[in-house]
Amino acid sequence: MPLISIKDVTKIYNTERGRTVSLDNVSLDVEQGEFITLVGPSGCGKSTMLNLVGGLLMPTSGQVLVNDEPVKGPGPDRGVIFQQYALFPWLTAQENVEFGLRLQKVPKKERAERAMHYLSLVGLQDFANALPKELSGGMKQRAAIARAYAVHPSVLLMDEPFGALDALTRVQMQDDLLETWEKEKRTVVFITHDVDEAVYLASRVVVMSPRPGRISEIIDVPLAYPRGEEIRLSPEFAEIRARVWRGVHHHE
Amino acid sequence: MTDRKAEPEALTMATPTAIAEDTEKGERSLKGLYVITFFLGIGIWTLSAVLSRNALIPTPIDVVASFAELIANGTLWGHTVTSLSRVTTGFLLGVALAIPAGFLMGWYWLARGLLEPWIQFFRTIPPLALIPLVIVILGIGETAKIFVIFLAAFLSCVLATFQGVRNVDITLINAARVLGAKDFTIFTRVVIPASTPFIFVGMRVALGASWATLVASELIAAPTGLGRMMQQAAQFLQTDRIVVGIIMIGALGFIMDRLLLLAERRLTRWQETR
Repeated sequence: MPLISIKDVTKIYNTERGRTVSLDNVSLDVEQGEFITLVGPSGCGKSTMLNLVGGLLMPTSGQVLVNDEPVKGPGPDRGVIFQQYALFPWLTAQENVEFGLRLQKVPKKERAERAMHYLSLVGLQDFANALPKELSGGMKQRAAIARAYAVHPSVLLMDEPFGALDALTRVQMQDDLLETWEKEKRTVVFITHDVDEAVYLASRVVVMSPRPGRISEIIDVPLAYPRGEEIRLSPEFAEIRARVWRGVHHHE
Repeated sequence: MTDRKAEPEALTMATPTAIAEDTEKGERSLKGLYVITFFLGIGIWTLSAVLSRNALIPTPIDVVASFAELIANGTLWGHTVTSLSRVTTGFLLGVALAIPAGFLMGWYWLARGLLEPWIQFFRTIPPLALIPLVIVILGIGETAKIFVIFLAAFLSCVLATFQGVRNVDITLINAARVLGAKDFTIFTRVVIPASTPFIFVGMRVALGASWATLVASELIAAPTGLGRMMQQAAQFLQTDRIVVGIIMIGALGFIMDRLLLLAERRLTRWQETR
């Protein structure tokens, strides 16, 4: 049984300028523990797909199942990491991580322990008391990742999380994310428009095409984890990267 | 080769400190300028008062003498306390009602639909325009004045709060929702803190409006208060007293505004931009 099952999902937005078909009859299964990246040009419906799984949007038709249950709304079993970090600016890093735990009525002591555990996991143990404005972009996103991890979701949904970071920080964040992921495996659905990033992180790359949003190709990435520089510079990587590139840029 | 490499690094190292020193220096010279401009202003005032040869234009010395006299006979204290308590009561009542009303309008379309047209309409009327009606109905007692001040404070603060709620970043709300927050929690733990900066802006505008309304309402009809004191002085051509009143109103308004600013700084320290 797949952990996430998207079945014949269509999503139509009715706006003042007319109807936009954001997703057109899309189906996708994601297995437990997989790292999936969704890649495609803007307007291909990748964010819509993520928000449907997250429960922030409802499909016009079709079904989204997580753990065999239809998605009815957002919930702590599906953590979401946003491009704009979305940390609560009035809370410290630790209080941000504790936010979801408080809602689950986790006792104070355990809350602090769990928050510190996940802050250490992303390398922010020394910044527990820092406000978001005192953190760099990369650190903010690390804190957001710790916050999502802390509530123990079975799925992590990441919406271009490194899109606002500079190229060097981005590579570092990719390595750190894989390291975190290998320490505590979660099913990850990760959106990006960066082909390198898509291939480097994923066990499967889902290539999408726009107008209407559809899955045009699914490409397996049979490269072993842990991944590092050798993989990034290997001919196998280059070959898969070329396939994904063609899939994204020559979809017509 | 090594020299050239070191150069840009040295530059980047130097820049932030240089800027910090610059602003520090700038701030120090600004404070110096404040003192200079204060004495300059007093000087111009004295000079023009003396040169005008008009006995009705008081010099700073006349005003200080008048100030001392009003303190000595106890009248200034009484008027000030009355005015302050009116302003505080009206302002606090207005803000206390404006904040929940603004939240309701921002959160529930029903509240918005019912309240917004009235607020938008009354906002265009200066509260002073209501004074004749208020005096007829409520008399010239405390209730009338506090009511007008309340209205002024409420109208300035309610829209700011409403704007604050409308401006809460939707990703923050979504972030709370995906962590398992329901409506009530989102409201108390996200919407309220996120709109605090807007509420403070509203409160500061409300304070200004409260003062303006207070003085005007006291000028029109009141047995006591700073406005009344000035009105009385005007009848006896005691312009020095009028100036004492003006300075008192300015100083009190300024102090209250600074107190609010202090509270705002403490409560919204987390803000990214300053």
